[in-house]
Amino acid sequence: MSRRTGRDVVVTGIGLVSCAGEGVEAHLSAFASGEAPRTDAETFAPYPVHPVVPLTLDAQIPKKSDQRQMEPWQRLGVYAAGLALDSAGVKGDAAFKSALQLVVAAGGGERDYAVDGAILSGLREAGDPGAFLNERLLNDLRPTLFLAQLSNLLAGNISIVHGVTGASRTFMGEEACGVDALRIAHARVASGQIDTIMVGSSYNAERPDVMVVHEMGGFLDKPVYRPVFERREDKDGFVLGSAAAFLVLEAAEHAASRGARALARLMPVANDRVARRPGSVSESLTRLIGEAGVERPDVVLSGATGIADLAAEEVAGIQAALPGAEIRATGDLVGHPMEVAAPFGAALAAALCAAGSAGEVVVTSVGHRRGEGVIRVLAA
Amino acid sequence: MAESRSSSPRSSSTHDGQGRPLVAVTGLGIVTSLGQGAAANWEALTAGRSGIRAIRRFPTEGLRTRIAGTVDFLDTDPLVAPLLSERFATVAAEEAVAQSGIGASFPGALFVAVPPVEMEWPQREALAAAAGSNDGAITYSALQRAAASRRFDGWHDVFIFGTVADRLADRFATKGSPISLSTACSSGATAIQLGVEAIRRGEMDAALCIGTDGSVNPESLIRFSLLSALSTQNDPPEAASKPFSKNRDGFVMGEGAAALVLESAESARARGATILGYVLGCGEKGDGFHRTRSSPDGAPVIAAMRAALDDAGLGPEAIDHVNAHGTSTPENDKMEALGCSAVFGERVARLPISSNKSMIGHTLTAAGAIEAVVSLLTIRHGRIPPTINYAVPDPALMLDVVDKTRDVRVSRVLSNSFGFGGQNTCLVLGDEP
Repeated sequence: MSRRTGRDVVVTGIGLVSCAGEGVEAHLSAFASGEAPRTDAETFAPYPVHPVVPLTLDAQIPKKSDQRQMEPWQRLGVYAAGLALDSAGVKGDAAFKSALQLVVAAGGGERDYAVDGAILSGLREAGDPGAFLNERLLNDLRPTLFLAQLSNLLAGNISIVHGVTGASRTFMGEEACGVDALRIAHARVASGQIDTIMVGSSYNAERPDVMVVHEMGGFLDKPVYRPVFERREDKDGFVLGSAAAFLVLEAAEHAASRGARALARLMPVANDRVARRPGSVSESLTRLIGEAGVERPDVVLSGATGIADLAAEEVAGIQAALPGAEIRATGDLVGHPMEVAAPFGAALAAALCAAGSAGEVVVTSVGHRRGEGVIRVLAA
Repeated sequence: MAESRSSSPRSSSTHDGQGRPLVAVTGLGIVTSLGQGAAANWEALTAGRSGIRAIRRFPTEGLRTRIAGTVDFLDTDPLVAPLLSERFATVAAEEAVAQSGIGASFPGALFVAVPPVEMEWPQREALAAAAGSNDGAITYSALQRAAASRRFDGWHDVFIFGTVADRLADRFATKGSPISLSTACSSGATAIQLGVEAIRRGEMDAALCIGTDGSVNPESLIRFSLLSALSTQNDPPEAASKPFSKNRDGFVMGEGAAALVLESAESARARGATILGYVLGCGEKGDGFHRTRSSPDGAPVIAAMRAALDDAGLGPEAIDHVNAHGTSTPENDKMEALGCSAVFGERVARLPISSNKSMIGHTLTAAGAIEAVVSLLTIRHGRIPPTINYAVPDPALMLDVVDKTRDVRVSRVLSNSFGFGGQNTCLVLGDEP
């Protein structure tokens, strides 16, 4: 499939929330410090998590009724989207927001854990399990919980709370969908199909159901956080992190015409999905780095999950294409936020460029089950 | 089929009026509660047959709604939404790819609309049983302990979001990273829109676009029921879904899948493929009014329909038929009628409109794709499937609802899809550019 570059695409807004704090400054300073990320190894023991910092929700979600209608993953995302709109200087620009397109990478929302536990306990003694399940679900599920679970309702809430009503699309599928969201958002702007789009993702790690799903398969590291590239086979895996990241993308001429500052340039995203066999991830990354046109990055931000063999392949693939490049794992900054990993990396890359700390940054993503991606960000 | 007819002056045989590659459809596949394949579905739809029946898949004691348009002739083990959705999608895509003659290794990307995925009750119960805490209350810690036994590792892939697309991409050897997407009940239309956009950008010559949904299970049904979205007129099941009727009282859940092989017209012609129709335009508009309700003035719905017409370079007079979203909920059908009245003006009273959901129910994630396929079959056969159960027309709606199969030349169809979360996506499908 051919890749056409087309118009320049610039980042004009960045919104970040994670265990490292909220906003660009907090993340740049955490990145510069190189300190271990804030970790909670107790609440969900034996699984450590990187909990999000406390947020003053009212600052981005003024209506309590809106806050109540959302579960944490949505509040995180709506909050970060608000930060991105502020950063782009368009929070109060109704016309801009009514044309602004949206691509969100997301999984699903939280469950009611108490209700689930009570139902499972009751099912053990239920004479008619089917009827019991029906009765309990009908009586115990909050009617609005469904809307806090649906994947596309993060985008829906961003539309409602912030008035972003161009149109939204939600991509699903763990790490790879975060890369796809960036790729397609970029391509739509570059090709002239649209002028402006917000792209991003949100993940709440502080929920026990995701630990069930990822413990199946043995994908979680425990019982404490260790640096991503120090995890070794048979004692590896990811430490989930709560995070949200959004970027406002614009055609360069569109940003210039409204006097907006271009924080960075996003280049065409290169990604693929190769069959997993020894060496295939390395080869894929090396090839994608070439396709992305990477030249001399100041740093490579790796979204490595913490699965040791994949991380080793990722590093080998990067080094083959970019000998001597500095590689930093974003997992050592915010943990593994699943769908958010790539948007977070891209947002941090743009922030580094905007701060004058880098001229070229590369973000790599290797999904824990599928997908490899390379995102190239340049100083504007 | 378009080869012998003259093209409109603004477009060529390979590019539209805006100079973009024309997007042709060269393969169609469909599975619904009415059957498997385009032939079986077309026969049933034009006969006015309903696929809605009493649910047999799980106990319905105590439920207000006990009917659905389930696909009972295909199953999986375990019988869970992601595996059913994958199965339906595979069956539909096999039909579409075979019809297109494009080959076993698909020369383009996959865009698949899939329902949200999560572990279901039988699996939670199995984990709870394996945790073995027979006296104390079951908590998620117990489920985590059971998961750590390694006995359930196979379920990880079943219950993550990317797996359905991953397996379909393997099965059809599609290229690049497959996209799994949701725009709620307009997802199937969005899958097509993503494929159209990729071909127009020149990224690929072909796209495999699928919408699939196999999520009729207790919790999904109850969630919609708790939102008062479902019809509770269980008896007789086939009469429950009655779009545009005065006594409509909600939608009926349905299952199924549809697949379309999209190709640049240039590429389709070059390989001598039969062109079944064109996707002439796609339009969308977000609505920030409410999580489940449309803006009262209908502005976003109207904007989405107009955007699709604009994208196709057509005025409303060029549309011969509306394949309605037509869910049979009081709210949707009222808003859709309002939107159609605004877009089509007085002509709306003479413009045939029909809802396939009267027969197959609301196939949710799959609906936009299924209804696009039915729209193309409608064009091909010059025959509009009826909206069954239209016994008590809603006099407030002022629509030309097709209540009996109607034979009429149909050149261009507007297919509407609207969803929770302010999703509105419309497609214009046509027999020629």
